Amino acid sequence: MDKKEIRLAIDRIASEIIEKNRASRNITLIGIIRRGNILAKRLAKAITKKAKISPLVGSIDITLYRDDLQLVAESPVIHSSNIPFDINKKIVILVDDVLFTGRTIRSALDEIIDYGRPRCVQLAVLIDRGHRELPIQANFVGKIVPTARDEIVNVYLKEFDGRDEVEIVKTR
Amino acid sequence: MIRGKNLLALKDLSRREIWEIIDQARTFREVLDRPIPIVPALRGKTILLLFFEPSTRTQISFNIAAKRLSADVVTFSASSSSVLKGETLLDTARNIEVMRVDGVVLRHSAPGSAQFLADRLTAFVVNAGDGCHEHPTQGLLDIYTMLEHHESLEDKVVLIVGDIKHSRVARSNIWGLTKLGAEVVVCGPPTLLPAEVEKMGVRVASNIDEALPDADVVYVLRIQKERQTSGLFPSVQEYRELYGLTKARARRLKKKVLLMHPGPINRGVEIDPEVADGPRSVILDQAKNGVAVRMSVLYLLAGG
Repeated sequence: MDKKEIRLAIDRIASEIIEKNRASRNITLIGIIRRGNILAKRLAKAITKKAKISPLVGSIDITLYRDDLQLVAESPVIHSSNIPFDINKKIVILVDDVLFTGRTIRSALDEIIDYGRPRCVQLAVLIDRGHRELPIQANFVGKIVPTARDEIVNVYLKEFDGRDEVEIVKTR
Repeated sequence: MIRGKNLLALKDLSRREIWEIIDQARTFREVLDRPIPIVPALRGKTILLLFFEPSTRTQISFNIAAKRLSADVVTFSASSSSVLKGETLLDTARNIEVMRVDGVVLRHSAPGSAQFLADRLTAFVVNAGDGCHEHPTQGLLDIYTMLEHHESLEDKVVLIVGDIKHSRVARSNIWGLTKLGAEVVVCGPPTLLPAEVEKMGVRVASNIDEALPDADVVYVLRIQKERQTSGLFPSVQEYRELYGLTKARARRLKKKVLLMHPGPINRGVEIDPEVADGPRSVILDQAKNGVAVRMSVLYLLAGG
C-alpha cells in the first residue's frame, strides 16, 4: 500500500463511520498507541472535513492489559494513555493499524471499559491480515490482506516513520 | 531495565536506571487519575510486605501500589521489639520461598537486611528501609517530585537539613540526586553528620541561614526525639532555633523553592506548621507520587 492508497482508505473509513453513526456528535476516536493513535487523528480530520463534526480523540497504551505480560522476558516500556473526555454514552471508534490475532483489541476493550460505559465500541483498522485467535471483527477495514502466519506486516506512517507505506515481509 | 531483580539501594543504580523508573512512574501517575485506577499488569503475582519496623505511610503506599497493579498483597508486620534478626530473618526467607511469593518488600532495622534476603530468595526484593542504610523508593519519589517542577536536576541545589547520620532517606536522596547532577548540601548538628560525609559528593553547610537563599529544594528530615535522650543534640527547642525551618527562616528562601519532608512531621520542631502547609510545600505531592513510583518499581521488577 502506498501513500495514496492509505489516504483513500482513511477517507473511505471516515465516510463509513459517518454513515453508520448518522454523523452523530457523540462519535469519539480512541487510537491504540502508537500507530493507531496517528490513524485516529487522521480519521478525525477526515470526519471533520466531511461532516462538520469534530470528534474527540484519545489514545490508549494497552501494554498493562496484555495477556502475555507474564510471559515476556522483560517488562515492556509503557506509554501514557490519554483519554481527556468522559466516554460514558459516547460512540467509541477504536482505531489500530493492523488487526491480526485480536488479542490487542481484547486488551483495549478491557481498558476502555475501565474508563466508563460507552454506548458502543466499533473497530476501525487500516489492515486486516487474518489469523484471529479470538472472536473479534472490525467494523471498518481499509484493506483486507491475506498473509501467512509467519509473515510480518509493517505499517509506516509519516508522523512517526517519515513516510506512508504498508509492506509485507517474509520471515523466511 | 533495572540490573538484577532487586531494588536495594540507589547507590547501586545507574543514572539511566533511575530515569527509567521515573519515566515509567509518570505513566503510572496517569493510571491513578483514571475512573478505575487499576490495571491488570501483575495479575496472579503475590507481593509480601514484610515489615519488622513500624511504618504507616510506606506500608500503605506499597500496599496501594501493588493493588493498583492487581497483585495479591500479603502483609506481615512484627513489632520492633522482637529479636528478628539473623537466623529468624533467614527462617522467614525459607518460609517465603516455599509459599511461592513473587516479590518481597522489606522494612527492617538492620542495615543490609534487604541484601541478606535478596541473596537467599528467588523472589525479587525491594528495600523499604533497612536501618540507617537506604530507603530507595523514598529517594525515587522525592526525585520524581522535584522533577515535576524542574525538567532536570542538573546543577539544582538541594539542601538536606537534619540528622543525616541516622537517615536512610538522606542517604538514598544523596546517592540519587548526585547521580542526576544535582548539587547536594547537607546541614545539621555536627554530631548528626556522618564521618567523611563529603566523600558522598555533598557539601556541608555549617550555618543554615547562609545556605537557605541558594537552595532550589529544602529537604527537612524528621528529627528522632530519641536521639536527644542519647545526647546527640541538647534540646528540641535548641534544635528548632539552630536548624528548624521556621517562619522567619522561610522568608529567606527563593520564591520558587520546593519544601519537602519525608513525614511524619514533628510540627514546630524541624519545620513550622505554617511552612509545612504553605504554598511552597510539596509534602503531600510526595505521598501521592510515592504510589506511582512504587508501582513503577514493582512493575519493572516483576516482569517476566
